[in-house]
Amino acid sequence: MTTATLSKSLSKPRKNREPSNLGTGIGIVIILIIWLIPTIGLLVTSFRPLSLINTTGWWTALDVNNGPETAQHPDPNAGYVEKLSTRFTIDNYVDALTGYRGTGTYLEACASGIKPLGMNCNLTDLVNPRGMGRAFINSLFVTVPSTILPILVAMFAAYAFSWMDFKGRYAIFAILVGLQVVPIQMTLVPVLRMFAGMGINGTFPAVWLFHTGFGLPYAIYMLRNSMSTLPKDLFESAYLDGADHWQVFTKIVMPLITPAIASLAIFQFLWVWNDLLVSLVFLGGSKPVMTYQISNMVTSLGAGWHLLTAAAFLSMLLPMIVFFALQKYFVRGMMAGAVKG
Amino acid sequence: MARATALPVMKQKMGVPWLYLLPALIVMTIFIVYPMVNTVGLSFQNNDGTASAATTCREGEPCWGVMENYRYALTNELNTESVQTTWQSFWTSSYGNNIKWLLVMVTGTVGIGLIFAVLVDRIKREALAKAIIFMPMAISFVGAGVIWKFVYNYGTSQVQTGILNAIITGLGFEPVAWLSKVPLNTFMLIVVGIWMWTGFCMTLLSSAIKSIPEEIIEASRIDGATNFEIFSKIQVPIIAPTIIVVITTMVINVLKLFDIVYVMTGGNFGTNVIATRMYTEMYTNAQYGRGTAIAVILILFIIPFIVMNIRRFTKQEAMR
Repeated sequence: MTTATLSKSLSKPRKNREPSNLGTGIGIVIILIIWLIPTIGLLVTSFRPLSLINTTGWWTALDVNNGPETAQHPDPNAGYVEKLSTRFTIDNYVDALTGYRGTGTYLEACASGIKPLGMNCNLTDLVNPRGMGRAFINSLFVTVPSTILPILVAMFAAYAFSWMDFKGRYAIFAILVGLQVVPIQMTLVPVLRMFAGMGINGTFPAVWLFHTGFGLPYAIYMLRNSMSTLPKDLFESAYLDGADHWQVFTKIVMPLITPAIASLAIFQFLWVWNDLLVSLVFLGGSKPVMTYQISNMVTSLGAGWHLLTAAAFLSMLLPMIVFFALQKYFVRGMMAGAVKG
Repeated sequence: MARATALPVMKQKMGVPWLYLLPALIVMTIFIVYPMVNTVGLSFQNNDGTASAATTCREGEPCWGVMENYRYALTNELNTESVQTTWQSFWTSSYGNNIKWLLVMVTGTVGIGLIFAVLVDRIKREALAKAIIFMPMAISFVGAGVIWKFVYNYGTSQVQTGILNAIITGLGFEPVAWLSKVPLNTFMLIVVGIWMWTGFCMTLLSSAIKSIPEEIIEASRIDGATNFEIFSKIQVPIIAPTIIVVITTMVINVLKLFDIVYVMTGGNFGTNVIATRMYTEMYTNAQYGRGTAIAVILILFIIPFIVMNIRRFTKQEAMR
């Protein structure tokens, strides 16, 4: 299972394990419950109809008789499962994906035959600029190049720093170590003005370039760390066989550091996916990404919990999958890059 | 050049290393080095960078000449009527709030992370427990903001749908507006930060604890040491270097923190921190001079840690 990978990467088997006492066990369980409850609350709420979200706590979701008159099952004698099924819905997700902002739900409104404002009631609504569906696509458009570009550029530089001899090799790398910690805020204004001059504010290349620049110090640092631990003999025998740097780089080094690239890619991907500040400044509303869309919803429609919870969960979906499927690489990447930007 | 001599002899034409390096160096210069220098320059100019900051001074008001943006950045949030009002307003200013964040969040994440790392070290389902604590690291600050806004939700007089107020009212107390009550709200935001970053601290500390040789623990146990003594007199001193690394990492992270505050309160109700204030000046108010001055103040706080980072790196290299 996925959790096993974390334990493998983090813990060696221990001998003479002290039998855990009851107090420790209870303490751990309490902390874990506190840690989980907020997320469970979000998940449960995102599947409840608005009328119930606003009138009953999510922790009473399994109580089929509470809530206002209108939320009750028409047949009071219906079975428990029957009643329960009417108290959960995927409407919130449909509304969030399409960007529907009316009083009812998107599906109801379309079924009634009167198209809601700005909606076509077909699949094209999934890419409606106000919806999370479009934001999901925009997030992908931002994230994929912003992950590939810095890694590509960093691989070459990392190779030079670990296996090539040149003047200032050490000094430049020390500066790079320092650059990792520079806060994004320190560069926003000049870059914004520079992009304005180039006329690319509000376009995807603007964020790609910015993320590439900011991703580089950490990417080079991490790749260089793993490249420089490769055994020296590899390089010497390659040299004796007459290989040059390019051949060594592409045929020997690249295949060997794939795990490091995987960790780095996951880290960078999630960093960009979860970023708000850079998208806010350089993309804004012209190409809304998921984090932007959600932060907008928080401030503009305060109490629309049904949409907010669904939208938030949609934005967490991909990171969660990555986390549980690739936990080992994920943890490794996070650990090494925690101070970035 | 500790390692240069250790490099294998390779055929290397002049300038080849620079071909590998240049793309990276150019991009970093354009997007990090040049903007940093430019930011410092802009911080001494007016709102759109066309004249010296001194020209923005108004007659009859205090003025620091070319440092005018810094005067604004440092003193505008303060109420300097008397010593007492200055002191009070400092603690609701972005700097005061950042100090609260530093003290509480760093202590909270490192403390809980350390305790949890030690506790789960002794249980069977260690990996699962750690995964649960680590999970919030995968979520965006924005997502976490929504999650916790709902926890803190302030309902109506009939019903509390936020779990925290439901518990409070269930115990017979009045519901609390967690996010608008000063100074409580900043601490409620810090809780979100702790929730997100404890997993990070725990993971680093946990691997340090596991690297302590089992024999040392065994020997002290035979000598009759209690679990707490083993923790405080053996484990903590041995992993002290790791604890310091974790603390400095967290300090840097807290200083730069933006998203939680921006999403949950927008910096209103006295919750501004340096990073959100910078964003407001720069973006909402289009005051580039003031915004960059705040950014420069922020990096002044971070420079000691940059130096530490480089020193640590130099030491590591010397040991290789």
